[in-house]
Amino acid sequence: MEKLTRRITINSVIMVLFLGTSSLAYDYPFADPYVATVVGTPTEYMEALPSDVPVKFETLQMFPEREVPGILWNLDELRYSYIRQKGPAPLIFMIAGTGANFNSPKMQEMQKAFYQAGYHVISISSPTHPNFIVAASTSGVPGHLEEDSADLYKVMQAIWQKHQKKMAVTDFFLTGYSLGAAQSAFIARLDEQEKAFNFRKVLLINPPVSLYNSVLILDELLDFNIPGGMDNFDAFYGRLVNAFADVYANGENVEFNNDFLYRAYEFKKPQSDDPLEALIGISFRISSANMVFTTDVLTKAGYVVPKNLVLRRHDNVTNYVKVLTRLSFLDYFRGIFLPHFQAKDPSVTEAQLIKTLSLRSLDGYLRNSAKFGLIGNEDDVILLPGEIDYLRDLFGTRATIFPHGGHCGNMAYPDNVSAMVGFFADVKN
Amino acid sequence: MYKSIEHKVRIVTIALAALAVLFVSGCSVTPKVDPDIAYEPPKHKVEDTLKETVVYAADVYDPWEGFNRRAYTFNYYFDKFIYLPIVNTYEFITPNYVEKRVSNFVDNVFEFNNFTNNLLQLKLKRTGITLTRFLINTTVGIAGLWDPATHWGMPRQTEDFGQTLGHYGVGDGPYIVLPVFGPSNLRDTTGLVTDAVAFSVAGPPAWVDDDTTTLIFNGVAAVDKRHRQSFRYYRSGSPFEYDMIRMLYKSKREIEIAK
Repeated sequence: MEKLTRRITINSVIMVLFLGTSSLAYDYPFADPYVATVVGTPTEYMEALPSDVPVKFETLQMFPEREVPGILWNLDELRYSYIRQKGPAPLIFMIAGTGANFNSPKMQEMQKAFYQAGYHVISISSPTHPNFIVAASTSGVPGHLEEDSADLYKVMQAIWQKHQKKMAVTDFFLTGYSLGAAQSAFIARLDEQEKAFNFRKVLLINPPVSLYNSVLILDELLDFNIPGGMDNFDAFYGRLVNAFADVYANGENVEFNNDFLYRAYEFKKPQSDDPLEALIGISFRISSANMVFTTDVLTKAGYVVPKNLVLRRHDNVTNYVKVLTRLSFLDYFRGIFLPHFQAKDPSVTEAQLIKTLSLRSLDGYLRNSAKFGLIGNEDDVILLPGEIDYLRDLFGTRATIFPHGGHCGNMAYPDNVSAMVGFFADVKN
Repeated sequence: MYKSIEHKVRIVTIALAALAVLFVSGCSVTPKVDPDIAYEPPKHKVEDTLKETVVYAADVYDPWEGFNRRAYTFNYYFDKFIYLPIVNTYEFITPNYVEKRVSNFVDNVFEFNNFTNNLLQLKLKRTGITLTRFLINTTVGIAGLWDPATHWGMPRQTEDFGQTLGHYGVGDGPYIVLPVFGPSNLRDTTGLVTDAVAFSVAGPPAWVDDDTTTLIFNGVAAVDKRHRQSFRYYRSGSPFEYDMIRMLYKSKREIEIAK
């Protein structure tokens, strides 16, 4: 008996050791979080996913009565996609990250992985994407986690109503990456009261802890990494184009495809992270410009466009994009966002509003609900020091935290795909 | 018989051109300002934020913007109602394997333009590779349906006459959104026309010398080209898509010319 116990102990020690080494041996190729965030997962390192999946595209009108100015003419119907399994299966709703639409490359990768694993999938754009703002945002002023999540919840119900007859669903699941992950948490809590879906499991992938902290980080990535500031953006952009031209002319078999940034990185091996940080900042700034312009025009906020000027379909808007790429997210927060909420309730302060834009405001719920899972990265660039530890503490054993990957860079890496699919697979059968 | 096909195609072309002209007539892009309305200045005014001394990457020489923005929308509708339905039907009835063979075949026929333009730029190694590719793929690759040359370390050396002009220092000229063809500029449009004329006068169509064959090939090539191009007008959802594409087109051509 004693022998047996000892053997079991030894076996479990070996197992633990083995598990220990296997979790240490995480071979995602980029240890630098900024490289990971920009380059992502090159095709040769990616999980093998089907190239063709039977995805269908649909549109939905949430506000048929809404008057949309000419310049936003093509955004009034909300576009989304779905994939249906032949037989009964659980349905996963997916929410895209900041500024991304339902069909962003990351959404497509997730969609393929989940479809391959046997789920129905419905993909929805971020409430910060212009299409969502025009077609589905009640206020037209995105960024408020609770309000945007309520809009998402309405959209999900409207979509479900359209497809429920043809989709045999055994369970409802929910997931999102980046901002979409934070919204998933708020949607799940709303669902506890409204019970339209009764989500069985909810997976948060690379969420921000505090939305406000994260956008400040992203603003600074741009402002601090272009030598001489935004006035020298053109020179920075010119150097970038020249660098790409050099890669294209002298690199081996370089083509304009998903792996171009990877080839460029391999060829150039930049000495510092500055240009990579600037690229992340630019990408965020462009998403913000799209979002803020849409809000400004739709709600007549008088932010960069005169309140009573109606822009028509083919009007020149180049000056507005030039102005908006020079304004930070903080400018939007103070110029449109805060005034919008103070107009509704004059007693609201900036600090109070900031506090609501955080997973910390759901601490008790997230800490105690067994339905949640979290996938994060130790070196996520949109988190402040200490925020990843907060997530680890908040989710405990429900958290899977990878040593590298930056912000969402490793989502298509096989270990990550397994973690993502595996989380839902637990209850599938 | 084929004369009448050609005739029909000509009529369709003329009709489309007329439609495009109709569509783009009245081409103002300046926001309509009513002199009787007092416009409340926005929080961040253009004139206060932008500086005369600063160069903005989003600014591209675009004197025909009124036409261009409308041509851009025309292309969206053309895609939606004509081009993409044909391409989707093609993709639906054709197995991926066959689509790949068609793409290879089309690429092989157009090696003519890669050859002439590499030669015109005196890129002799690339000219040699292009010629060798054509010989290998036409024979071993069975009329170009397969591309063994790439596997043997001889990838395609794409060059067009717009790039040749750029190589010799010709500037972009005004930005142009061509109906059906999409983003371009005066230099690249000149290149496109020159390549097309050279191709039909001295290239494979002249070697074959059969109008029906050429017509069918052009149709197949047009469908294949759109099939391989994943770009869709207005899919980004950005209100600044026109501006973004204009900036990126300019940069993309700079990169291609540098090769």
